Amino acid sequence: MSTSFKLISTFIATVVLSLSAFAHDHNHDQGQDHHNYNEKADAAAHVDDLISHEDDHLSCDLADNHGHEEFDPGNTAFHHIGDANVYSIGPWQFPLPCILYNTKSGLDLFLSNKFGFDFMGHGDGHYAYKGYVLDAGTIRLVQDPNFPKEKTEIKGIVHDSLDRAYVCLGDQMYPTYNKSTADFGVFGGGITPFFDFSITKNVFAMILVVLFLSWVMIGAAKAYKKRQGLAPKGTQSFIEVIFAFIQDEVAKPFLGKHYMKYLPFLMALFFFILGLNLFGQIPFFGGANVTGNLAVTMVLAILAFFVTNLSGNKHYWGHIFAMPGVPKPVLTILTPVEFLGVFIKPITLMLRLFANITAGHMVVIIFVSLIFMFSNNGTSYIGGYGTAIVSTALTLFMMAIELLVAFIQAFVFTILTASYIGAAIEEPHH
Amino acid sequence: MGGSIVAIGMGLAVIGAGIGIGQVGSKAMEAIARQPEAVGDIRSNMILMAALVEGAALIAIVMAFLVR
Repeated sequence: MSTSFKLISTFIATVVLSLSAFAHDHNHDQGQDHHNYNEKADAAAHVDDLISHEDDHLSCDLADNHGHEEFDPGNTAFHHIGDANVYSIGPWQFPLPCILYNTKSGLDLFLSNKFGFDFMGHGDGHYAYKGYVLDAGTIRLVQDPNFPKEKTEIKGIVHDSLDRAYVCLGDQMYPTYNKSTADFGVFGGGITPFFDFSITKNVFAMILVVLFLSWVMIGAAKAYKKRQGLAPKGTQSFIEVIFAFIQDEVAKPFLGKHYMKYLPFLMALFFFILGLNLFGQIPFFGGANVTGNLAVTMVLAILAFFVTNLSGNKHYWGHIFAMPGVPKPVLTILTPVEFLGVFIKPITLMLRLFANITAGHMVVIIFVSLIFMFSNNGTSYIGGYGTAIVSTALTLFMMAIELLVAFIQAFVFTILTASYIGAAIEEPHH
Repeated sequence: MGGSIVAIGMGLAVIGAGIGIGQVGSKAMEAIARQPEAVGDIRSNMILMAALVEGAALIAIVMAFLVR
């Protein structure tokens, strides 16, 4: 009784507080709008004015002193958790193959060092090649078809407030298309006239992890054949603990007697996610944030979706479309909800893994960013060194948490997939 | 400070998930204290339930990103 009272009062207090915060913010916005309007009262159209105003701000002069602009922790974090066409180990930058398909010029194959990025740089290319430029590690395509196709030195790349990139060549500014991504543009980018099939940092990390896992797993499998009846040895004993844990705690309770059929899928999911989670946490080694990439988790979730629904029996579909023992009027509400649930389950699988890993990496980057913020971009030594000590400690703590999260999220993805499959193959008990 | 109403929505989603996961955790701790021998079962069910609660909050946060 008292618990629920506390809960309800907390909720009401929160709503009231947030509403008052919103009202305050709203007033503030209105005030600012009003002010702006007065200032530009002579402008013909408000929207046009805004656009030209923004363009005025943006000039190629900014491209020259790149790196001296004000530090933006949000953008820095998104840049560092994003994918890139450059693989960096410590300060060394390694080129990766670019495979680009353009609806106009067709397939292009080249190494990303054609763009000419710096040692210790941030993946900003100094050259444009075939109309492509390298902007903070990702490839963008210049919109103008008259842009020179051969290797051309560019002055720099500038961004506007909506994160659109403009290439500076001479005094001319050329707008570019967004990055080519498969996450429907949730974090910028989207479906573009060019398709980026490059072996990026994330793809390269995935290949490395898959090779490593294959080597470990095949080695362990061989050891079982060779050392029959003997105690496990080496990597075999390490794998066996995790393998037995997933088999006994996840597969058997949820899948019942058919668990052997789905065990390979569950094991592959678990070790793939775990391997990538851990690989993404090795400092100074690429920092490939693979499981924190919406496209990767989407593919994993789609696999889980197909395995679940293709193995669903009559009982499972019956419970979705016509729940037995439920009156007809209720079914009109229940059936759409149950049907949506079929899709929401994989969507939450996708989002959970993505959000947990991304949030962890982001917090680490923000802790490091604190040093830059408190030292005023390196002007205040006391602020810089003082925060460095605190933020190193916080970062170490966060990385320890992330290590835990890496295991928990791999486990959660596997256990939820197992429970969805278990619900789909469950036999009626009567 | 842009995106004020989106930020409030995200905050509410996080509060909801926080209350939910807190409940899951507290009840799991109570259950473990009562029956320490069932710690393995309780732990995996706790993680499962926490993940399900988290899912609702995640949908809210991504929706907030999408309507931004």
